[in-house]
Amino acid sequence: MTAPTEVRRAIAAEALTKRYGRTVVVDDVSLELPAGGVVSIIGPNGAGKSTLLGMVSRLLPVDAGRVVVDGDDIARTPGDVMARRLGVLRQDNHLAVRLTVRELVTFGRYPHSKGRTTAEDRRHVDAALEYLDLTGLAGRFLDEMSGGQRQRAFVAMVLAQDTDYVLLDEPLNNLDMVHARAMMRLARRAADDLGKTVVTVLHDINFAAAWSDRVVAMKDGRVAAHGTPAEIMRPDVLGAVFDMDVAVHEIDGRPIALYYT
Amino acid sequence: MSVDTHPLDAVPGARSDAGTPVAASDPTERALRRRALGVLGGLGVLALAVTVLYLTVDVRAGWEFTLPFRGRRVAAMVVVGVAVAASTVVFQTLTTNRILTPSILGFDSLYQLLQTTLVFVLGSYALASVGVVEQFGLAVALMVGASLALFLGLFGGARRSLHLVLLIGVVLGTLLRSATALMQRMMDPSEFQVLQSRLFASFTGVDERLLGVSAVVVAACCGVLWVLRRRLDVVALGRDAAVSLGVDHRRTSLLVLVVVAVLVSVSTALVGPITFFGLLVANLAYVLLGTQRHALTLPVAALLSVVTLVGGQTVLEHLLGMETVLSVVIEFCGGIVFIALLVAGGRR
Repeated sequence: MTAPTEVRRAIAAEALTKRYGRTVVVDDVSLELPAGGVVSIIGPNGAGKSTLLGMVSRLLPVDAGRVVVDGDDIARTPGDVMARRLGVLRQDNHLAVRLTVRELVTFGRYPHSKGRTTAEDRRHVDAALEYLDLTGLAGRFLDEMSGGQRQRAFVAMVLAQDTDYVLLDEPLNNLDMVHARAMMRLARRAADDLGKTVVTVLHDINFAAAWSDRVVAMKDGRVAAHGTPAEIMRPDVLGAVFDMDVAVHEIDGRPIALYYT
Repeated sequence: MSVDTHPLDAVPGARSDAGTPVAASDPTERALRRRALGVLGGLGVLALAVTVLYLTVDVRAGWEFTLPFRGRRVAAMVVVGVAVAASTVVFQTLTTNRILTPSILGFDSLYQLLQTTLVFVLGSYALASVGVVEQFGLAVALMVGASLALFLGLFGGARRSLHLVLLIGVVLGTLLRSATALMQRMMDPSEFQVLQSRLFASFTGVDERLLGVSAVVVAACCGVLWVLRRRLDVVALGRDAAVSLGVDHRRTSLLVLVVVAVLVSVSTALVGPITFFGLLVANLAYVLLGTQRHALTLPVAALLSVVTLVGGQTVLEHLLGMETVLSVVIEFCGGIVFIALLVAGGRR
């Protein structure tokens, strides 16, 4: 491999493993997610979804294997270079400092401007605020906002970071139906309009099926199934992943899983 | 309020009005900026005023004696005040905790153990013949060496938890304090009194050479922190956010911890331990500013500490007639502020 002419634009996990003591949480996972579209990672609690995303987003050290983004190993690429490619929304967004929405979103520009805010940064911040309908709330302090509003502020920060890949760890936590749908619609638009690759960890398989291009189903630290929503939304596949009977019905042309009773 | 309603044309990067002004755009930000300027200006004037007051009030011995005499004390207070303020602010940033001070790493207990051992082993009479420079050098070397061993040992290994460092600091601090207490119990009562006076922070009788060296070291450390100020703002968001934004959190933590260790060691070796003081000025700075941007909190906390120390010393010397020591005054006030913070935090 001398002088590759074209770098494959993708996130690739190669034999990725994470252990806590003797418990293997992510077990030798190899997975390639080509650039573009919305990818959802689903699976039961403890399947290793968030751990996998955590390793891809550089927040968790890798025990074995590696993660390659656009041809570069994330462990060997400088942090600021990776921060211009990968934006991350974490599950827990507690802050020890008191910030306004605008201050928080401006931090999203740090990888680009290292804290010296330029006119270009302001433009990205304003656009991200507008994109999430936060312009009117820009001066509010985060600790004076509802959980849903705060969640949107953090998403705006990730958008302002202007990365090709956006990783969202359970973005629907704390959101009601209205905002959950709006969040998924936003992910969809970020992929369709802005050409981003959005990878989300979701609990609700119907949300995953309705908005994703591809679904990765995990179980016991391994990838149990990987395919289009139509390929995953089948009683046999879901039943094997979740160890329960899941009926799938077609309603208005969409597969809907029924697992409530 | 719903996200669905916003216009699709607001695509980031797709807007063409490149000439948007860089000036602060919303009222909150402008208000914060005005407030910051006011606080900085006010504190600057206040610091100058207490310094002039301290230098000039009640002069009896003639200017050519009084000014250098008091000037040296003011210089010591400025050096120590800046060191304590800066180290506490960045330590709280690193630990994302507003009620911690670097003393949790056991600096005070190490200093106390050293002083106790010196008095215990050498005796106060023999100790008086050991030069101040040697004592200062020994104290700084010991404290910096011990903390570097702690940080490098822990951060160099596979475990990289800052909390582990803190926990071990707490445990070691307890161990050192117990050893100190044991020696103090076995000590001759008159020797103990000598020791006690050495363990209270005091700005009187600070050696000139030590002051010069300390000033240079503290200035260099502050220079490093000032260069890092924007990165520190990101670190204050927490480790995960900092890593996501491309900050090498481990390397930054290590660098900041080393700077903190040097600052605390130098100020402790110069005048003695001041525990609550850093907590007091750092939190006052956050409250006054309403923001935790380091470009503001570092200078404001430093100014606050100069005001508090010089003001406190003025009160002590001219109102209380040197009846007590400054650290008693400061720790009394610091304790009250600490409790007020806890109560206010519990109410929120």
